[in-house]
Amino acid sequence: MLSRVANSLFWSGRYLERAENYSRFMEVNFNLMLDLPPGVTELWQPLITATGDLELYKQKYDGYEKEDAIFFLAFDQDNPNSILNSVRRARENSRIVRENISKESWEAINGLYHFVNDAHGGKTWNSDKPQHFFSAVKQKVELIYGISFNTDIRGDGWNFNRIGQYLERADKTSRILDVKYHILLPSVSDVGSPLDALHWAALLKSVSGYNSYRRYYGKLNPVTAVEYLILASLFPRSIYFCLNHAENSLRQISGNSSGKHTPVEKTIGNLRADLEFADINDIFEFGLHEYLDKIQVQLNKVSEQVSEQYFQIRPNFTQQISNQ
Amino acid sequence: MFDKYKVSGFYDEMISGEGVARDHYATLKDYLINSGDERLRQLQFSTDKAQMSMGMTFNVYHDSQGVEKILHLDIIPRILNRNEWDEIEGGLQQRIEALNLFIHDLYHDQKILKDKIIPDDLIRSSKDFLDACKGLNPPKDIWIHISGSDIVRDGEGKFMVLEDNLRCPSGVSYMLENREIIKGIFPDLFRNLGVQPVADYPAQLLNMLQYLSDKEKPSVAVLTPGIYNSAYFEHSYLALQMGAELVTGQDLMVENNRVYMQTTAGLESVDVIYRRIDDKFMDPLVFNKDSMLGVPGLFEAYKKGNVAIANAPGTGVADDKAVYAYIPRIIKYYMDQDPKINNVPTYLCSEKDSLKYVLEHLPELVVKETNAAGGYGMMIGPKADSKTHEEFREKILNDPRNYIAQPTLSLSTVPTITDKDIAARHVDLRPYILYGDSIKVIPGALTRVALVEGSLVVNSSQGGGSKDTWVLF
Repeated sequence: MLSRVANSLFWSGRYLERAENYSRFMEVNFNLMLDLPPGVTELWQPLITATGDLELYKQKYDGYEKEDAIFFLAFDQDNPNSILNSVRRARENSRIVRENISKESWEAINGLYHFVNDAHGGKTWNSDKPQHFFSAVKQKVELIYGISFNTDIRGDGWNFNRIGQYLERADKTSRILDVKYHILLPSVSDVGSPLDALHWAALLKSVSGYNSYRRYYGKLNPVTAVEYLILASLFPRSIYFCLNHAENSLRQISGNSSGKHTPVEKTIGNLRADLEFADINDIFEFGLHEYLDKIQVQLNKVSEQVSEQYFQIRPNFTQQISNQ
Repeated sequence: MFDKYKVSGFYDEMISGEGVARDHYATLKDYLINSGDERLRQLQFSTDKAQMSMGMTFNVYHDSQGVEKILHLDIIPRILNRNEWDEIEGGLQQRIEALNLFIHDLYHDQKILKDKIIPDDLIRSSKDFLDACKGLNPPKDIWIHISGSDIVRDGEGKFMVLEDNLRCPSGVSYMLENREIIKGIFPDLFRNLGVQPVADYPAQLLNMLQYLSDKEKPSVAVLTPGIYNSAYFEHSYLALQMGAELVTGQDLMVENNRVYMQTTAGLESVDVIYRRIDDKFMDPLVFNKDSMLGVPGLFEAYKKGNVAIANAPGTGVADDKAVYAYIPRIIKYYMDQDPKINNVPTYLCSEKDSLKYVLEHLPELVVKETNAAGGYGMMIGPKADSKTHEEFREKILNDPRNYIAQPTLSLSTVPTITDKDIAARHVDLRPYILYGDSIKVIPGALTRVALVEGSLVVNSSQGGGSKDTWVLF
């Protein structure tokens, strides 16, 4: 597969997943607000912190008004990671390589693009129920995944797309957990209060994990909730699950079975093994924030190594000219 | 529906002078009347939507970057009967064969110049004559692998070639996608009328490209300038349909005069390149040295016979609008035949008598730059004001070689859905020709239609739309 094409498929996977994560975060935050007692300040700042774009936000806005936050996260063209920009880039990357994806997948991505563009044109952030927009985006992305699952061939392109998707998802799960846990920390002492339960439920819902967690563990408990989001082997949004699947895709591309590793397979394999045998109590002892930070550093390294190994194009232009 | 339909002064392809439908259009006309205005409008609306969601868009040059438009598809098809098609097919086969011989001669012995059939300064002054191609022998001696001549009909309905596009013309993806859409809209008409299929074009294109290589299973790549090119949709579409890689210049590299793609598994060799970039951008070492779109060393690899390129570099010299005027003579010279399809009468401003005539008749004539495309750089005399006439007088006098003039054509019309009703709109015809082991004209075409009432400019970049074109069995 052409390196340039692989690169585009990787990024279209990342951006699509990013748009979906943002949409779910927003939708959950709306729901959470409805449940909060009067007087509790709204919770947009942590969300913006979790996206990593707080500095940019502060340059543009004072305070954390709902309207500003929605606009910034969803529609702001200055925010490189807004839903609008993520969808545009996912679509642009797909358009570049559309001969490599199924017609059905392309049309679904193109449909999402037009939907988000129209919402931008129609100033959805001013509407009285912007949360409908977020649930629609979420559903449309899920639909794209479903269509792709049933129509796209399982070649290298599929795997590069998956690697992008899973690295992005692992990153987002770790970030939302990091930020939310930080806020919830003071309340760990009075675990069990209704407010506390709401927050924990919201965190799990942010990664579509509330129901499955309840089914698995029953009562809400911060320790097992964190365990679920980092280490669960069967939950498709846990960090471990994402790493495991990204690693599988990498190995399908290289054809390496165990015993032989490319540099990136080594990095991701180490990280995956670390999580595979980790105990949640050790993680808390190490410090959750520090642990998540370490994971994020390794995730970035994986992303860089994928790029180094597969996406680099030798500049035929300058090199050849200077040879003459 | 057709009560107010006006056909006066032009050849209307559906309705004859007596106000009745021509035989091969009778079924369609009845069908349209039975469907009724409202139903047709609904179908037209859903067609627009379908094109947008399929992403059948093109970028418009001279428009802000990133603007994507659809090429409006009018749902009423244009129909050609068997006799009409035979005339077109025979005429184009003859023409392309002659032009191929002409190009080969120009880059070798130049007999046609020595015999004074064509003045040699016409070729010497052509920007599209590439010195680098002198003595070149492309695989199988084919230069013009893919072409699409623009054909129009005069007031009597006679076919004439308006221009030859020998530099990988675009639009064929619209021919194919239009057909898919229209089949969904009028399935019963297809059954009743018997329409020749066009769907095997990509397979025929691939066969032709692979024919150029001696390898058993040659690897084919489509070379595109990239996503901002107006025809990117088509490049990607054809690559997909052929199972070929779609590459940009940066994906390719040349080592030891062999061409490779840069893949995730290292370098992979390329045997045939269907290039959709201009000659002069192909290889910065030989042509435009600032080109970032091309591949350094590509031309040398081509000359060594290590890669085939379609179309061959250098074909542009034969679709220069000044050379166009000589094509009847070119056909006669190489094939000793009279042209089966005529040219539109053409005045070369480089010839003294013609120049005088052109300057005296500017308001009646269409003036074109000899090497501009897409309807740019042209003046339609009767539609332009006197200021524009003067502007062009200046331009022509400054550089006569760069201009030709033709009488204003009375392009034929076909019924088209407009905002108000169904009305006659002017059309041209672009059939596609593949030159491999034989010269094949695909039985279909892109019909371009000028959507503005009375307009004769059918270019998509200037408000033109398209129609599906049915060639009957």
